Amino acid sequence: MSQDGPPPNVVAEHGLSAEEYDRILEIMGRAPNYLELGIFSVMWSEHCSYKSSKVWLKTLPTEAPWVIHGPGENAGVIDIGEGLAAIFKMESHNHPSFIEPYQGAATGVGGILRDVFTMGARPVANLNALRFGDPDHPKTRHLLAGVVAGIGGYGNCIGVPTVGGEVNFDPGYNGNILVNAMTLGIARQDRIFTSQASGIGNPVVYTGSKTGRDGIHGATMASAEFGGDGANGGAEEKRPTVQVGDPFTEKLLVEACLELMATDAIVAIQDMGAAGLTSSSFEMASKGGLGIEMDLDRVPCREDGMTPYEMMLSESQERMLMVLKPGCEDLARSVFEKWDLDFAIIGHLTDSGRMVLKMHGEVVGDLPIDPLAQAAPEYKRPYTPTPEVPVIAPGEVPEPADAGAALLQLLGCPDLCSRRWIWEQYDHMVMADTAGRPGGDAGIVRIHGTNRGLAVTTDCTPRYCQAAPHAGGMQAVAEAWRNLNAVGARPLAVTDNLNFGNPERPEVMGQFVGCVQGIGEACRALDFPVVSGNVSLYNETNGKAIPPTPAIGAVGLIENLDRTASIALTCEDEDLVLLGDTLGHLGASLYLREIAGRREGAPPTVDLKAERRNGDFVRGLIEAGRVSACHDLADGGLAVALAEMALAGGLGACLNPPEEPGLPPLHAWLFGEDQARYLISVPAAGPVLEAAKGAGVPAAKVGTSGGGALTLPGAAPISLDKLRSAHEEWLPAYMGDTQD
Amino acid sequence: MKAAVIVFPGSNCDRDVAVALAAAMARRNPNTAPVMVWHKDADFAAVDLIVLPGGFSYGDYLRCGAMAAKSPVMREVVRRAEKGVPVLGICNGFQILTEAGLLPGALIRNASLKFVCRDVTLRVETGQSLFTSRYEEGQTIRIPIAHHDGNYVAGGEDVARLEDRGQIAFRYCDAGGALTGAANPNGSAANIAGIFNEAKTVLGLMPHPERLADPALGGIDGRPLFDGLVEALS
Repeated sequence: MSQDGPPPNVVAEHGLSAEEYDRILEIMGRAPNYLELGIFSVMWSEHCSYKSSKVWLKTLPTEAPWVIHGPGENAGVIDIGEGLAAIFKMESHNHPSFIEPYQGAATGVGGILRDVFTMGARPVANLNALRFGDPDHPKTRHLLAGVVAGIGGYGNCIGVPTVGGEVNFDPGYNGNILVNAMTLGIARQDRIFTSQASGIGNPVVYTGSKTGRDGIHGATMASAEFGGDGANGGAEEKRPTVQVGDPFTEKLLVEACLELMATDAIVAIQDMGAAGLTSSSFEMASKGGLGIEMDLDRVPCREDGMTPYEMMLSESQERMLMVLKPGCEDLARSVFEKWDLDFAIIGHLTDSGRMVLKMHGEVVGDLPIDPLAQAAPEYKRPYTPTPEVPVIAPGEVPEPADAGAALLQLLGCPDLCSRRWIWEQYDHMVMADTAGRPGGDAGIVRIHGTNRGLAVTTDCTPRYCQAAPHAGGMQAVAEAWRNLNAVGARPLAVTDNLNFGNPERPEVMGQFVGCVQGIGEACRALDFPVVSGNVSLYNETNGKAIPPTPAIGAVGLIENLDRTASIALTCEDEDLVLLGDTLGHLGASLYLREIAGRREGAPPTVDLKAERRNGDFVRGLIEAGRVSACHDLADGGLAVALAEMALAGGLGACLNPPEEPGLPPLHAWLFGEDQARYLISVPAAGPVLEAAKGAGVPAAKVGTSGGGALTLPGAAPISLDKLRSAHEEWLPAYMGDTQD
Repeated sequence: MKAAVIVFPGSNCDRDVAVALAAAMARRNPNTAPVMVWHKDADFAAVDLIVLPGGFSYGDYLRCGAMAAKSPVMREVVRRAEKGVPVLGICNGFQILTEAGLLPGALIRNASLKFVCRDVTLRVETGQSLFTSRYEEGQTIRIPIAHHDGNYVAGGEDVARLEDRGQIAFRYCDAGGALTGAANPNGSAANIAGIFNEAKTVLGLMPHPERLADPALGGIDGRPLFDGLVEALS
């Protein structure tokens, strides 16, 4: 091997700092060759190493009696009873999706699916949390159309239902959209697979698609910000770093892997995701404390003449690396050949602790494994806490001229309007276990062959996080917790997808620290551990960072699917009961932004004790079969929640403030975004109010169901047809112009 | 009754339809269930019903259903269908049936150009068939669709011939049973959602009756199709 070191500009092009390069020299005891430098580059990229975030991620609560595997595996694993486990994770594909929305989003779905079935789970649900720029921005329509088509194109083909998600529009995402994809799977607890290699001499096997020249340095690309369009570093120029997905091959790969996993042939298995063959092989060897010798001549390649550098850094999709038990090669080969997938024994485990790469009989790379995988740089970057913003009192926010008109305007605004145009492009019913479809508080999938279910949701309110990261982080967790309770599920655990700007800027790092601390505090208070997650930094363009967006994905368990609740108001002449305290908080609210045209103020306070008490109470009511409909209160407050319930069930309602002292002004009562609240429809308010009193839960009767219109206090009734048009029209009309 | 569900690489509703069919079979005769037939297994055992499930056989590359229609197992399915063995094709299965020539016409990209997944209302056009005997003619039922290529087209005379010979099984309609343009989710000719062959032993339909055959999923309008088949073929 050449002993000449790479020139400094090549080191810089690999995204490595001078200090990091010095460390490489120290670890290697010599200058790395080009292949080895490439391997260091991807392994130490922010995307793969979490070097800026790790120190803070360690502060999150990750344990509970029901947690089987927390962070550190491909996905989190929790006990859901009857010998089964739920396996789930959320992951970003932000940079690729901005560069090439269809393939970026599609391969984001493919990647997160692999993380879940790598562990032995059959994927049962997909979700996605999407953030786009201003609707008026020239790229937004194209990006939205491409991302939705890409998610659908992949998920529909592979046959996993997409049951939920969320979408926001904000000018802060004009230069960096966010595509966070989540997959939930179910496995038998005695059939969970990890990436920990063991057994010196055991064969290392490659399967799935062939390796091509796509996605080389995708992980490094995802660890840098974008420059201006067309300039060096512009998003357009980075298109070759985006991978191309093939959901058909992934479908074959799922079935083949699950078929082989039903036998005892597999010792360890790891998908080739970011940094492809490099990260998967290092991960497996490092976890097992072993070495690997690989013969790159045996790697199935799409074209001749690929270099070791290209093979090791390719991010071609739909590939898996496995360590097999000795003697199981023929069995494994027959399964993969049945599914028409490539299968090649490309190496074996050694006791050297080194990755030795050979080609044409020569050693082309020789690196120590642990220093690369485990001694990656770890930074405690300087940070500036986000300055506090003033709390805005309800009286400081003007009343609307007409409450009904304000409600219609809110229901039709980009952040609140119906997402039907999106989720109708996703197959949300395939697998025939979808018991709660999109459009409610949480998606519900039945555990196949039982009458139990899993509820799943994703949540984050970026405008709250921007105003006050700590409170915003808490709120994201609290809202996810509420959405699970609102369908009658017992919240079990979360996965977090932390999207931020450039961590080398102290104010961005301050947002990150604030949000993570808020998430940690809420998860601790709610016994809601973080079992998996992903960090996406450098979401900025020309020095402008996205709003801090820590998306929370959460999973809950429903013991009896006959006892769930939906948001659909369907029972005439019932009482509407509001649970939780209503103070009329309008700071950072959608009312303030959309009706008063102001973006300011502190977000609502999150009282975690109240969240827990009120959540436990409403879940108890649902489990006891006492609730006909339930909706958590969030964006747009009480009036919007009731309108959504009325539309979902096709039944009107009449809203009346209770006669009690200390009520906020009417517009704050209607549109305030106080937390820890639920609106329920029950046959009679009396016994529920009594029970609430006993549980210490604030509760009040606020109206009745019935009729074909929604009536706000002191306003003319609004017909459901009018409400529906306001809610349903904006997105299709906006997208109708596109031919994408 | 014996039934087979054919599994192509890329099929993804094979389990769903097997579950719905198994439930119908078990309602009549406990401990019976369909067998799953892998696409490479062209000499599968004799059965009373063959089901081609939904999904993306061979990735729907080239054209939906085109490659599956040329697979070895399909040569056998065509042979048996020609002898009168009933065949049910749902969604991708319907596409395969048209590609294999067992049903006339073709299914092209939805008029909206987008994939669409939602419940639609269907009007049952005849109760006189193996597949629809448990429905009444003119009855409206709610069944989900989920497809990108469900826009049924056929030559002008072909559609007229289908109508004349009573080969239209289901049509998209509004809640009142009217065949409106707004109720047509994909642009299909004459609002066609499903058709029979001339002998009414082969049915292809784009909607997924197996997805609403269980109360836990929000409806059972798809169940009579399976119950009717089991009754007729047992």
